[in-house]
Amino acid sequence: MINDFEHFAPKTLKEALALLAKYGDDCKVICGGQSLLILMRQGLVSPKYMVDIKGIAELSYIKDGKDGLKIGATTTHRTVEKSPVIKKKYPVLAEMETRLASIQTRNWGTIGGNICHGDPAGDPVPVLIALNATLTLAGAKGTRDIPVEDFSLDYFEVDLKDGELLTEITIPPPPPRTGAAYYKFNVIESDLATASVAASVTLGAGDGVCQDVRIALGAAAPTAIRAKKAEKVLKGKKITDALLKQAGEVAATEAEPISDIYASDEYRLELVKVLVPRMTKEALARAKKA
Amino acid sequence: MKKQLKFKVNGQPYELFVKPKTLLVEVLRDLVGLTGTKRGCNSSSCGACTVMLNGMSVKSCSVLALQANGAEVVTVEGLAKGNELSPLQKSFLDHGAFQCGFCTPGMLMSSTALLTENPRPTKLEIKEGIDGNICRCTGYNAIVRAVTAVVKGEYKEAK
Repeated sequence: MINDFEHFAPKTLKEALALLAKYGDDCKVICGGQSLLILMRQGLVSPKYMVDIKGIAELSYIKDGKDGLKIGATTTHRTVEKSPVIKKKYPVLAEMETRLASIQTRNWGTIGGNICHGDPAGDPVPVLIALNATLTLAGAKGTRDIPVEDFSLDYFEVDLKDGELLTEITIPPPPPRTGAAYYKFNVIESDLATASVAASVTLGAGDGVCQDVRIALGAAAPTAIRAKKAEKVLKGKKITDALLKQAGEVAATEAEPISDIYASDEYRLELVKVLVPRMTKEALARAKKA
Repeated sequence: MKKQLKFKVNGQPYELFVKPKTLLVEVLRDLVGLTGTKRGCNSSSCGACTVMLNGMSVKSCSVLALQANGAEVVTVEGLAKGNELSPLQKSFLDHGAFQCGFCTPGMLMSSTALLTENPRPTKLEIKEGIDGNICRCTGYNAIVRAVTAVVKGEYKEAK
């Protein structure tokens, strides 16, 4: 049973920020509501006021330019997955969105909402960490940018101060010879991840050496995390199967998964050990073709 | 406390007053009186409540009714033209694409949305198109066969 609340439907970002400043901690932002309404129905969240940003047209866009790809926070998952520019230049993002949830949920849910929900099993955050994305947060006093890897703080907790709103996601242009891949392991297609891994590999010019690598784990810790020690195993070297296996094992030492009805923590660690080498190898193959 | 909701359902305009917490499925069933849309799991899992909102399939148990303000909603009752069933509805009947029938409105809406977007889906695309809808009776094969028959042009659109 959802408790009563007062509903505001601002039409502009400015109006939304004014409402957030006014109601502070008593209010909650809703966009697609595909995650939030479930929590509200369970009585876990009962805001007094709701600021409904679904109707703010200025926050729904995909722009590709010199400084990278910019996605407005209220852009739906389906819009991201169908975007021709994303399919061409950031295919890993479109692939991730296609398996994020059912079509109905992707039609109404938004990428910004998913990020702000702070679920460690969410799909966009690991991929955005691998792609080195930045989030723009707007507040009454102006805007600030934060790397996506620093945004999640704990289970369902993100670095949004009172009165702040996520407005934009920026993905820098991929360096030459870069490939990225993502896979979530789950039992039912389009369900949440049991564990997931995103990887991005950049190769040096002509020498085939791994110049840069970013590995992110989903559903393997209280937040999506970057497996920095595993990256160190690979960075500056020519990637071999033995090194990949080692990176997987190191990544598992960085993870601290939970046990729940879907899997035990040991099982999740095994998944990390398997998926890190597999997805990094896939990213490497794509980097070679890029 | 209540807020105005102006929208169209199956082409018919409605002007209602609803509590902000009201979900789209509740408005459709309890206020508009169209009970074809089913409330199944009520948690965005089963797809029985699927309707089209501005041409997109959504789970009406997981959309605030007020978010449909100004929108066009199509429910399963809006698929037939007069007394003539839509090609998918006819095909579902002919292929026995249901047993208890509870998932059928949602299945019809998801497959209608699929064919609107992609009139010639492959078998895999049909399966993906209904992957947000759960059926506990048919094992899905009859549903996929029914949609396939429409894709092959075996059923004509009502005039």
